Amino acid sequence: MSRIYPSFAAQDCVLMAKLTTLADAVADLVHDGDLVALEGFTHLIPFAAGHEIIRQGRRRLTLARMTPDVVYDQLIGMGCAERLIFSWGGNPGVGSLHRLRDAVEHDWPVPLALEEHSHAGMANRYVAGAAGLPMAVLRGYTGTDLGRVTASVATVTCPFTGEELTAVAALNPDVTVVHAQQADRRGNVAVWGITGVQRQAVLAARRSLVTVEELVDVLAPRPGGFVLPGWAITAVAEVPGGAHPSYASGYSVRDNDFYRAWDAISRDRDRFTAWMAEHVVG
Amino acid sequence: MGDGYTSDEMMTVAAARRLADGDVCMVGIGLPSLAANLARRLHAPACVLVYESGTIGSKPWVPPLSIGDGELADTADTVVPVPEIFNDWLQAGRIDVGFLGAAQIDRHARLNTTVIGPYEAPEVRLPGAGGAPEIASSARRVIVVLRHSRRAFVDRLDFVTSVPGRGPTAVITDLGVLEAGSTDGELELVSVHPGVAIDAVRAATGWDLRISATVPVTPAPTTLELDTLRAFTA
Repeated sequence: MSRIYPSFAAQDCVLMAKLTTLADAVADLVHDGDLVALEGFTHLIPFAAGHEIIRQGRRRLTLARMTPDVVYDQLIGMGCAERLIFSWGGNPGVGSLHRLRDAVEHDWPVPLALEEHSHAGMANRYVAGAAGLPMAVLRGYTGTDLGRVTASVATVTCPFTGEELTAVAALNPDVTVVHAQQADRRGNVAVWGITGVQRQAVLAARRSLVTVEELVDVLAPRPGGFVLPGWAITAVAEVPGGAHPSYASGYSVRDNDFYRAWDAISRDRDRFTAWMAEHVVG
Repeated sequence: MGDGYTSDEMMTVAAARRLADGDVCMVGIGLPSLAANLARRLHAPACVLVYESGTIGSKPWVPPLSIGDGELADTADTVVPVPEIFNDWLQAGRIDVGFLGAAQIDRHARLNTTVIGPYEAPEVRLPGAGGAPEIASSARRVIVVLRHSRRAFVDRLDFVTSVPGRGPTAVITDLGVLEAGSTDGELELVSVHPGVAIDAVRAATGWDLRISATVPVTPAPTTLELDTLRAFTA
């Protein structure tokens, strides 16, 4: 039986994450055609890493994320993705993601296939992926059309109670990228505030990259936070402000003005392309 | 409406009134969040606001733009990981009220937030399901807030994203209030906002709307309700 779950065989095992630069990490870890998850639930979205993926011209990516927002709009609009696995794709509190819509509605700049779930389903797909299980079980999707259009949703019968439940397939990205507040010199990573599904998304992936606001000598305990051991992460890069216009609790606040401004920037193909050339690619 | 408040303000106030003090309420961003926060500032100070991002007991001072604004985490009683918010808090039955919006709704209060037009070639690609399918099916009762029009209140949904399941469902619009009938779950008009004729609600509904035996006029927003809402959104 083959495991799709990442292997931590002895020859692969390093006792600390590699401390590297963002450019080198993306070059090493993110390849054309990969299934890539840049996770973050409003907080700690790895924008800088997404921009580096754009600069390095990755193509045919399958992008996974519960809440694709502006950075996925940018990746999609720049033609990096051929498929999106998601549960809610919008600009929160503002409206549509115009590049996502243009790709789905008009195949611009390239067609984008969708695989969509509910938040509960996506979260549980990562949970199963992190746990090395082929699927997760939940009560969900009942009566909806989602099961009709999404192959990674099915029903199972509980062997103990006979209850019919929903199963979702595990999600195991080739590489997961997240942003966090701090790492120490051994690559142990501290995350606090709204931590979303990042821990499971990292553990579900074959390779992982964590960008951090700051490298520190000692990680202080943080209520409600968690530490990812360096040996469970492939690479760590220090990227101060790497979540902007998202934010890193303790370091920055969400740039809501930018999210509002993105609506007009992204509405028009030419304006979007010019903006990306000036602010990301250039 | 020309009486010193807008139809959106009437809708938000009417939605806020549906929350009881102490309700544990899972809220989407936008109108639901605004209404829940208004309730918390008026008659329901002990209302517990839960956001999908994992914040439980948020007490924001300003309206959040996103469901993961720092304000929601900083003012929360606790912040839990996203799988936990859906599995342990929502699915396990700890949420009293699910507060949702939608692009389309049908006579059984089923909701579409996925596409307008055919799924394979949509005219409008909407954001998708988010937390709504499980909020709708797992919350003890569901409140839907959306503006009333034939584009939104349709005979047939283009896509069924969410189906309210467990308990009573109410739909609050800028024209009135609808509730799912106890016999077959079909929505019926149970009140109209001041100055709104029943025929106007019928005309804005894409199916033959069931009308309750008595349709009282929703009490207009009070000065306190309006002042509180405006102070929060100012």
